[in-house]
Amino acid sequence: MANRITLNMITQRSIEEGVAMEKGKTTPEYFEACSIIEMHDDDVRALGLVPNQLVRVTSECGSVVVKAVRGRQSLYPGLAFIPQGVWANQVVPPRTQATGEPQYSGFPVTVEPVNGERRKSALELVQGAVGLWRGDQ
Amino acid sequence: MPKKIENVGCPYCGVCCDDLVVTVSDDGKQILEVENACAIGNQIFHHATGSERVRLPRLRQPDGTYKDISYDEAVDYAAKVLHNAKKPLIYGFGSTNCEGMAAAAKVAEKAGAVLDNCASICHGSSFLAIFDNGYPSCTLGETKNRADVIVYWGANPAHAHPRHMSRYSIFPRGFFTGKGHKSRKIIVIDPRHTDTAQVADIYLQVKQGHDYDLFDAFRTAARGHEIPEEVAGIKRERILEVVEIMKKARFGTIFYGMGLCHSDGRNHNVDIAISLTRDLNDFTKWTIMAMRGHYNITGPGAVWSWQYGFPYCLDLTKRDIAHMNPGETSSVDLAMRDEVDAFFNVGTDAGAHFPIEAVKHLKKHPWITVDPNICMASEISDLHIPVGVVGVEVPGIVYRMDNVPIQYRKVIDPPEGVISDEELFERIHKRLCELEAEEAAKGPAKATPAGVRAEE
Repeated sequence: MANRITLNMITQRSIEEGVAMEKGKTTPEYFEACSIIEMHDDDVRALGLVPNQLVRVTSECGSVVVKAVRGRQSLYPGLAFIPQGVWANQVVPPRTQATGEPQYSGFPVTVEPVNGERRKSALELVQGAVGLWRGDQ
Repeated sequence: MPKKIENVGCPYCGVCCDDLVVTVSDDGKQILEVENACAIGNQIFHHATGSERVRLPRLRQPDGTYKDISYDEAVDYAAKVLHNAKKPLIYGFGSTNCEGMAAAAKVAEKAGAVLDNCASICHGSSFLAIFDNGYPSCTLGETKNRADVIVYWGANPAHAHPRHMSRYSIFPRGFFTGKGHKSRKIIVIDPRHTDTAQVADIYLQVKQGHDYDLFDAFRTAARGHEIPEEVAGIKRERILEVVEIMKKARFGTIFYGMGLCHSDGRNHNVDIAISLTRDLNDFTKWTIMAMRGHYNITGPGAVWSWQYGFPYCLDLTKRDIAHMNPGETSSVDLAMRDEVDAFFNVGTDAGAHFPIEAVKHLKKHPWITVDPNICMASEISDLHIPVGVVGVEVPGIVYRMDNVPIQYRKVIDPPEGVISDEELFERIHKRLCELEAEEAAKGPAKATPAGVRAEE
């Protein structure tokens, strides 16, 4: 069992994210739809994760805590998926290959189980990044 | 008596469903029911009349809280931010009408701004490929009525365009496709076995980031040359099988999505997809179409190309001389290089959808959000100006993903006092003209905005 594995990350829309986004990005629905990661069962086993365990995902430019869930849409081993949105964008590299488009799909991340940490809310992540977070309001 | 309004357009995705039936209350203020919309479109209509709507512009105070201000004060603040900035960036426009986009372009030209839209982080790569290689496309109606082979490549309409398959590609019975789904072959190519792949006749699990290799193999095989035993994770026999289906099609359409534009290669992935489409036209009729995301994200490309000759990443810092060079004049690149000194987020949410590093850079300067709703961008802004929801409270022209313009209507009035994007930008433009005239009368000194961050 590994303490940490390296996976190839992609981020795209999910319908749960779309519905929750239109309801509001500060809603519990958006939080549950987007603060998750999906991986192949082999990778879940390699990390020794139990269902819904929290993991830390770290890329070349950032880090975020999300919940490891079993998704309906399967991936092959080595590939990981976070729905597009606030949590994914904590780790998406802003490099654009001179096209304007950030590296939303296909960038290396490390994934490791965490204990004693929590998923941050969308507001905490975004306002926190720019020095506006004032605690739970 | 509640009123049913038929043939309403949906302000969610690029499919622009225009068959919605919306029931509004007797007083015309509440939306009671939305028929025919997908789960996401449905949410947009019901959210519009929710109690959480912001009804006045809000200006950030020194203690970090927001204070309600009038539209006149907001227009004045916004105009002064633009007037004082050396190189402001006006970005967004996924969710507004073409009238609002044209008005915003007037403001950008007057302010000497960079004008960009969500294609910059979405289908911008498609524009680059189309510039180089053309666009053998069609309308969605042609696909519905003629196509017997459909390819979804790096696209997952079951989640991102929920009614695309039922209205245009897989399930509908068209003029020459009377048997609907039974008469069509569906091919899905994606690294994930998506919900779209569930309805495919053939699913190819391409290795992520290797789409170019697979397109190349398809082209090579279509021309009758040898290909390796395996390409991008797909066996040779499978590739040859798909190529034969493509060559024998009566009419085919490749719908591609972010799997191509967001992966390594970007525009080159789209470029070779177009080349494959061109090659297949040596055998039969094939077309290709970008799965545009927002309901009117095709709009700014059409409107600004008509106004300035370029669809996105427009540098208007020399006012009436437009310049476009993605990588240099694209929003995320400008942000990462700290090249802009004011940011307008219009009808989108850069706070949630830009990489957080780009958000941090943009937030060093005044940030103004124009959006009907509370979103991440509005919650880190210096000024949030609410506007009416296009397609629900504001009518206007939108462009569907196949570049077909559709007149959207409104079904209810916006909250009392809330104005449209078009009116807002017209008023900002007028105030900018006044500021220019005042400055010309006074000499070189510049006016200072009254807001918090704008004083920096």
